[in-house]
Amino acid sequence: MNAITPRNAPGNTPEHAYNFAYLDEATKRMIRRAILKAIAIPGHQIPFGAREMPLPYGWGTGGIQVTAAILGPRDVLKVIDQGADDTTNAVSIRRFFARVANVETTTRTAEATIIQTRHRIPERPLTEGQVMVFQVPMPEPLFRLEPRLAETRRLHALGDYSLAQVRLYEDIARQGESGSAYNHPVMVGGRYLMSPSPIPGFDNPKLHNSPALMLFGAGREKKIYAVPPYTEVRSLDFEDHPFKPMRAPQCCSACGSATSYLDEIVADDQGGRIFVCSDTDHCAETQGQ
Amino acid sequence: MSAPLLEAARLQLRFGAVRALDGVDIEIFPGEVVAIVGESGSGKSTLLRVLAGAMNAEAGTVLYRDAEGEAHDVHALTEAGRRKLMRSDWGFVHQNARDGLRMGISAGGNVGERLMAAGDRNYAHIRAEAAEWMARVEMDPARIDEPPKNFSGGMQQRLQIARCLVTSPRLVFMDEPTGGLDVSVQARLLDLIRGLVSQLGLAVFFVTHDIAAARLLAHRIVVMRHGRIVEEGLADRVLDDPRHAYTQLLVSSVLAA
Repeated sequence: MNAITPRNAPGNTPEHAYNFAYLDEATKRMIRRAILKAIAIPGHQIPFGAREMPLPYGWGTGGIQVTAAILGPRDVLKVIDQGADDTTNAVSIRRFFARVANVETTTRTAEATIIQTRHRIPERPLTEGQVMVFQVPMPEPLFRLEPRLAETRRLHALGDYSLAQVRLYEDIARQGESGSAYNHPVMVGGRYLMSPSPIPGFDNPKLHNSPALMLFGAGREKKIYAVPPYTEVRSLDFEDHPFKPMRAPQCCSACGSATSYLDEIVADDQGGRIFVCSDTDHCAETQGQ
Repeated sequence: MSAPLLEAARLQLRFGAVRALDGVDIEIFPGEVVAIVGESGSGKSTLLRVLAGAMNAEAGTVLYRDAEGEAHDVHALTEAGRRKLMRSDWGFVHQNARDGLRMGISAGGNVGERLMAAGDRNYAHIRAEAAEWMARVEMDPARIDEPPKNFSGGMQQRLQIARCLVTSPRLVFMDEPTGGLDVSVQARLLDLIRGLVSQLGLAVFFVTHDIAAARLLAHRIVVMRHGRIVEEGLADRVLDDPRHAYTQLLVSSVLAA
């Protein structure tokens, strides 16, 4: 293992001050063990010893640790925040890994081998060999339904998810449709109920039978879970009220796409608003065609 | 006569120096209503919890025969097996409706939860069943989307009964279902329970300190004192011709209106 020299020592480039990808090798091995376990039991939350990271909780400490643990020198990293490559969070995390791991970074979904994401799955279909890393604020899907964590673990063990189904019943009884536009719970492999992290319901179908590996890291809650490639992922619903992914009915005002997920932006102080793709890479690609 | 639905033998349980159950043997046959009577602290609620598998006895066995006639040792079941039994074959009506209902969820959701736990995923069917059961327990189905806290004590108790019966259980445990209600509400609730029990052919263990309720509902009465069964027999025999001194005291303590 490398001896750690002071970061500001003269003639020292920043990346030499840290081990490859910031975390020490023992920590990375611990996280990899948790990831392997998570892949072996799709949708099941595996506890791990999350470390303090050089960014606050809620900014992606879980995702960044998972990325650090799986990152290799030949990987190409893409980081998105709500679909965008150019927001503060995405830019900072991308620069962080460029600096401490010296890996190539990209904004293009097609070129990336690892995509760390906050709350979106790219529009371009993922391929085999790609890994999605999700930043998860609250890994427990029964949170807000059952306040005791010990009891939620028991319900997971028994596969008793009637509580989540009752919540859905209540939503439909009250407003005629599911009340969750994002973070809509999914059943993974017909066994575990899983929180897909706060991705919009629009992205839920992309989890189903995806050729890419999906890893979820929750730093504050110290949990890792995974959806291996080609795994059945079904959004919770009723036979006669099937799950409907939602999307604004407009077209993107930048690229004109009528199928991508849109952000609503207030354009002026007269109440005018425009809709643009949330996935900036997809939008640029469509505009280039 | 067919084999007993549930039979317990030599149940023992102590709380410190207190003998809550002291060698209790009890059984119930399909379609039978058994009242367990006794004063407060006689061990009747403890007995009910042990029979339902909610509490373990120190010694003794509880055997349950399922619809296929196969016997299960209730206390040897895994938790998963016990929960499955609880939501398919059994029902439990608590004395306090708050213990048996989810107070933040609508009446329909409360009744429907058991159906969803049993695997029903059809919204329209769940809702129709919930409305039908509300009507059967004499509640207004138009109030299906109201939370239980909007209902009176008697209505909450009816809702709890509907929630128990919606998956058509074979055996229901009732722990003082009429406790804390005023007499006219009690009378209507007892009448409702009696009607449902005979329509559905339910077997019911019914814990009460109310002798009049036991007379109205029960086929057989078991009298408990200090964790022991001091007398048992057909309801009218026990009430009209009590043999044990304690039963005589209990029966003579009832106020005539």
